[in-house]
Amino acid sequence: MTVAIPLTISEALDALSSNPDARLIQGGTDMMVEINFNHLKPHNIIALRRIKELRTWTKNTDGSITIGAGVPYQEMETGELKQLVPALAEAARTVGSPQIRAAGTLGGNLGTCSPAGDGLPVLFAVDAVVHLQSNEVSRQLSIHDFMLGVKRNARNANEIITAVTIPVLNGWQGYTKVGVRNAMVISVASACLAVDKPTKSVRIALGAVGPTIIRCRDAESWLTQQFDLSTSTKIELDLAKEFGRRVALESKPIDDHRSTAEYRRHAVSVLAQRLITRAYPS
Amino acid sequence: MNDPIGNEMYSLHVNGQDRAVMDAWVGESLLYVLRERLGLPGAKGACEQGECGSCTVLMDGDAVCSCLVMAATAVGSEIVTVEGLVEQNPTMAVTAHAITSQVTDVQQAFITEGGVQCGFCTPGLIVAVHHLLDKNPDPTELEVKESISGNICRCTGYGRIFAAVEAVVQVRKANS
Ligand SMILES: Cc1cc2nc3c(=O)[nH]c(=O)nc-3n(C[C@H](O)[C@H](O)[C@H](O)COP(=O)(O)OP(=O)(O)OC[C@H]3O[C@@H](n4cnc5c(N)ncnc54)[C@H](O)[C@@H]3O)c2cc1C
Ligand code: FES
Ligand code: FES
Repeated sequence: MTVAIPLTISEALDALSSNPDARLIQGGTDMMVEINFNHLKPHNIIALRRIKELRTWTKNTDGSITIGAGVPYQEMETGELKQLVPALAEAARTVGSPQIRAAGTLGGNLGTCSPAGDGLPVLFAVDAVVHLQSNEVSRQLSIHDFMLGVKRNARNANEIITAVTIPVLNGWQGYTKVGVRNAMVISVASACLAVDKPTKSVRIALGAVGPTIIRCRDAESWLTQQFDLSTSTKIELDLAKEFGRRVALESKPIDDHRSTAEYRRHAVSVLAQRLITRAYPS
Repeated sequence: MNDPIGNEMYSLHVNGQDRAVMDAWVGESLLYVLRERLGLPGAKGACEQGECGSCTVLMDGDAVCSCLVMAATAVGSEIVTVEGLVEQNPTMAVTAHAITSQVTDVQQAFITEGGVQCGFCTPGLIVAVHHLLDKNPDPTELEVKESISGNICRCTGYGRIFAAVEAVVQVRKANS
């Protein structure tokens, strides 16, 4: 086993093309657990943590932002990123503990692609775009095409996830999750809601209640017809409840060691109702 | 790029010194390397999956779980363990069982306020509290709770630990 520590993306891609079986490691918060418990014995490792290009974020001319795959969650929790993408800041703040948030990244969340990954519902709600690069080509994939199933994604073995582009919307957005306690918890069910006033649209994406993150398109378009998303300030309780009920209908939860399908379906209806009420409180 | 590291020697910068790591499997965690290869048993291993925080160290100024860092990828990083905090912080001498040692103000406060019972969580908490107070000398109660939410103590119930943090805040304020 060898460990390569490239300093640039192109050095990392060279290392990857000469070692196609190498595993990438960024924060290590998913991968080291597997290694410590002997579930994974990689032959070769390419450590991305010293690549500065992966640890920065930029504002694009169209107003969207591009966040490097190696930016740790702790940088999303506060400051300008929090202003621009509040739902991502809320999701980041729910990840693990301060120690996990100092190391864990969106690149790793996307690489693992667990339906319980807290970054992913936000990326689904805002229609984020994932940047993939190999030695031959770079491509950009909608998050909806990137995540394929439980821990399955569209990344090819010779590709590195370099960044994610996130549209900056104009309207309230937030993230909330249910778990057995507040700190250090993998979600039992989660939801991200984002309003875009100019396009009078609302987006809601659910985590941990299906093989991929689920966008509730029927509930979204139903609410658009019931309610003026750009001028209203308060949503009535009945409408919020019905929205929650419709969101739950689109979830596809299962029973597992963390919860039951029935509880998860109930949980997402409550989360959706709470989020839309936070968006239109009074 | 530096040459890839295989199963031979590499060097880590720990507590201000270059330390050679020999005969290690390169997939070993930083926690394992600190304890078993470098003779620094301060960081404790309880869960080895990032849940308990007893292995907390500083890496490039961030508090991280050393069990989740692949040691060979930490080449070139600045690592500080609980053993290294004494050099960088206000210290005082304590004597117990006829042995005198230097402790930091945070360690002293944990002793005085009774924040230590079995002590297994203590080194991780000491690192986490130093990290908090260096960044935020006057934290709110919520900030203190959040900053140690990744450090599990199953003995104290945390009350004595919060008291210790508060004591350090007051002493540092009075001295500044
Ligand atoms: C105690 C604990 C609590 C946790 N709590 C949460 C939680 O609340 N919510 C949550 O969502 N997650 C949680 N996690 C899981 C983990 O922290 C996140 O999934 C995190 O985003 C992983 O990022 P990383 O950089 O550490 O990934 P790594 O472990 O470095 O990598 C994870 C996977 O992604 C691949 N990868 C990493 N970077 C790239 C890249 N640039 N290109 C291609 N592939 C890449 C790796 O090869 C690997 O397969 C927790 C983990 C622990 C140990
Ligand atoms: S041993 Fe590292 S967090 Fe528990
Ligand atoms: S003192 Fe025993 S775990 Fe904290």
